[in-house]
Amino acid sequence: MILPWLILIPFIGGLLCWLGERFGPLLPRWIALLTMLALFGLSLLLWLTADFSRAPAPGADPLWAYEFQVSWIERFGISVHLALDGLSVLMVTLTGLLGVLSVLCSWNEIKQRVGFFHLNLMWILGGVVGVFLAIDLFLFFFFWEMMLVPMYFLIALWGHSGSAGKTRITAATKFFIYTQASGLIMLVAILALVFVHFDQTGVLTFNYADLLKTELSAGTEYLLMLGFFIAFAVKFPVVPLHSWLPDAHAQAPTAGSVDLAGILLKTAAYGLMRFALPLFPDASAAFAPIAMGLGVFAIVYGALLSFAQTDIKRLIAYSSVSHMGFVLIAIYSGSQIALQGAVVQMLAHGLSAAALFILCGQLYERLHTRDLREMGGIWGRMPWLPALCLFFAAAALGLPGTGNFVGEFLILLGSFPAAPWITVLATSGLVLGSVYALIMIHRAFFGPARSDAALPGLAPRELGMVLLLAVLLILLGVYPQPVLDTSAASMQGVQQWLGTALDQLAQRGSL
Amino acid sequence: MPFTLDHLIALLPLLVTSATAIVVMLAIAWKRNHTLTFVLSVIGLNLALLSLIPTLEVLPLQVTPLLAVDHFAAFYMALVLVATLACVTLSHAYLGEATVDSSTSEKKGYPGNREELYLLMLLSAAGGLVLVSAQHLAGLFIGLELLSVPVYGLVAYAFFNKRSLEAGIKYMVLSAAGSAFLLFGMALLYAESGSLGFAQIGASLAANGSGLLVQIGIGMMLVGLAFKLSLVPFHLWTPDVYEGAPAPVAAFLATASKVAVFAVLLRLYQISPAMAGGWLNELLTVIAIASILFGNLLALLQSNLKRLLGYSSIAHFGYLLIALVASKGLAVEAIGVYLATYVLTSLGAFGVITLMSTPYKGRDCDALYEYRGLFWRRPYLTAVLTVMMLSLAGIPLTAGFIGKFYVIAAGVQAQLWWLLGALVLGSAIAVFYYLRVVVTLFLSEPNLRRHDAPFNWGQRAGGIVLLLIALLAFALGVYPQPLLELVQQAGLAAF
Repeated sequence: MILPWLILIPFIGGLLCWLGERFGPLLPRWIALLTMLALFGLSLLLWLTADFSRAPAPGADPLWAYEFQVSWIERFGISVHLALDGLSVLMVTLTGLLGVLSVLCSWNEIKQRVGFFHLNLMWILGGVVGVFLAIDLFLFFFFWEMMLVPMYFLIALWGHSGSAGKTRITAATKFFIYTQASGLIMLVAILALVFVHFDQTGVLTFNYADLLKTELSAGTEYLLMLGFFIAFAVKFPVVPLHSWLPDAHAQAPTAGSVDLAGILLKTAAYGLMRFALPLFPDASAAFAPIAMGLGVFAIVYGALLSFAQTDIKRLIAYSSVSHMGFVLIAIYSGSQIALQGAVVQMLAHGLSAAALFILCGQLYERLHTRDLREMGGIWGRMPWLPALCLFFAAAALGLPGTGNFVGEFLILLGSFPAAPWITVLATSGLVLGSVYALIMIHRAFFGPARSDAALPGLAPRELGMVLLLAVLLILLGVYPQPVLDTSAASMQGVQQWLGTALDQLAQRGSL
Repeated sequence: MPFTLDHLIALLPLLVTSATAIVVMLAIAWKRNHTLTFVLSVIGLNLALLSLIPTLEVLPLQVTPLLAVDHFAAFYMALVLVATLACVTLSHAYLGEATVDSSTSEKKGYPGNREELYLLMLLSAAGGLVLVSAQHLAGLFIGLELLSVPVYGLVAYAFFNKRSLEAGIKYMVLSAAGSAFLLFGMALLYAESGSLGFAQIGASLAANGSGLLVQIGIGMMLVGLAFKLSLVPFHLWTPDVYEGAPAPVAAFLATASKVAVFAVLLRLYQISPAMAGGWLNELLTVIAIASILFGNLLALLQSNLKRLLGYSSIAHFGYLLIALVASKGLAVEAIGVYLATYVLTSLGAFGVITLMSTPYKGRDCDALYEYRGLFWRRPYLTAVLTVMMLSLAGIPLTAGFIGKFYVIAAGVQAQLWWLLGALVLGSAIAVFYYLRVVVTLFLSEPNLRRHDAPFNWGQRAGGIVLLLIALLAFALGVYPQPLLELVQQAGLAAF
């Protein structure tokens, strides 16, 4: 019974925030904070107590650490079916943590319509938790689409107006159209899968465990896999479909950016590992070279464009594209080590990107600009913030001792035997990463100062948030073993699905 | 075939509605009283709805060669009646009381005779009831004309307003042209098959094959029906008429009228196998794709909410054609669910416009800028409109999503990939303009003269109906099972 509460808590909390607005702006903030703390606490509790050696693997009915099922729409065999394994618990915990932080970082930033803001924030997080827990494909799609609406409002109503022609509303609409259209393609693919299964067994169901047993012809499997891949690729984002991301990030309020980079992008990687690979292993194996190629391209392209940005939030957004490229390579490499690396990378990137966006938000509150050309010399004008920014930039470029290093190292290590050339090219992302990370620090904090007036320092709340993230990132970098242990069984399952298919493909190729 | 009590019971909803129309007419002749007329209409419509309960006991039953009352007909009768009921309630709010504002000595409310609007709506609803149970071309035509002719009057009801009058005339001319096409098509079909019953035509054509005359006949009938459903390329009247018609009438046109026509089209398509021939499917596919794309693209350009809804309804009926073309498996169910959710959503959207324009003030409040910042003035009304827009866009947690899900399911089952591609593309375009409306509601307020819904809108009949609609749209989005079960039982019966 604990799983539905993970979803219900944010939804109910959000409604309470809205209702609480009439008692002043402070009440919604506290309600939201408590809601997120409850979510975070609950997910930590689950992480500490559950047995994560139970995870879905090929050849048998999926095992889960926790499972919950009630019937919902009998006509289509749809049920509210939630389940938790090592991968989902890590993602839910990350969601809870970033949820707390996004409430905290909007404490002073958001001054208008506080209740409605927190309603949207809570509902995004509720939707994301739903995505991480749902194993009924209809339910999964339901949450997948549902989290778009509050995100849209968050960007459109509380975002920053950008330069001419790039208003927050255009950015929000672009985000919505990209994800909605690709989501519908996934819905078509889901339904096609369901009807293929229906033709074979006569049972109409959206249940993950049943659909795993569907036998597909090679052509159909490939098409359906593409349907899923496109939806995930837009959210990932994979390069030809990425152009909503920088716009959305640049115009979003800090909390929106934190959620977008920290968790929303992770839903795509999660979707690939949970659904696309296990449901269509053979097609995924055939598609793997293309996907890995796209990953490498994203790494290099994201890094190059990141370097060229003058808007600090766009810079970080493009760096996200680059970092998620590593995850894409890892997922399709079919190696257990690389998959484990992908999990660590997702967590580490979630933490570091969130921290960078929070710092950007704090800079913006003080300077009222995000333009790097108007910054410079800030190192001397305020304590703490530049140094912290340097730390997270270093983390983003993969400095040993931070979680990002562990993630990228494992990914490269694991992918090398599978695809040496791709891995070699991907390594260039590390070099380019240091270029854009350092140029950001250089332009923002060094060089001639625009003015000598000291900027207000960080309040304890602001400092606490960022320091917490820094500590967690170092912990993840120095001692990643608990995370690796948690996700081991889940990743082993994914590896078996794709690995077997890759082996078969290789054998067929050698015959 | 003897005419028994069962036959009368099967026709009960139609009889009650017609009786209500007569009672209302007599009441108007006896004494003009707005509220009395309204109450009589509402009581009559509710009785008609209740009379569906005994009707269900005797179904399916063929009543005269013209009408067949089966569960399918009963479901659509209920839909038409509910839609009419909502429109009647909204009209009452819209027309308002003829009081003179003491401070400005301005006349408030609708200046002309109010009572006939209810009469026309009841007559039109009776036409809808005939139409959904028609199984004979004569029944179809009688129903269609009874449905459309009162609507001419309804559209032009605010005849002091040039736009309303213009819309009324436009609708009359085009609708009459559509009817002429329909009649000619029927004649050709009759010439070839020697029968007017849906099933007999189908059987005759299946036996003798379909010649050129039949194809032209079917094509012309399709033109006639496509006019009423405003499918591309017969959609040109839609935005003008939606804009010119008083808001509750536009709601009626978008819901009860279109639902009834689509129901009869579905029955025709299902019962006469010749109708579902290859070339017709291809023609419908083209019409569907054109409707989806044109409807959505043109809606992008609108800054008037009623016109926007008009174009969006073109696109929605394009989506519905996907299920019609699919025609097997889930198709009939999908159409039922989609129409039910569409009726709900359109009523909600037009309902908000109606309440914003309440009481009548010469022109409706339908320009998009008038809705700017509505959230800060009427938060709950905004919530209703937001839910409706999201439902039209087919976003989860709203009824519209379930409808769209069903249509996609029917399309996937019949493997109509081109149509599904158009649907995905159309939805992506549609999101843009629906979201534009939504975000307008939440923007900061302009300092413009505006008219708003009265403060106590939520405590009046119209407002309560609107809130119920919004709740239902949300509830069906979260738990659609009851609706699905209902629709599942509303299958067509063969006679």
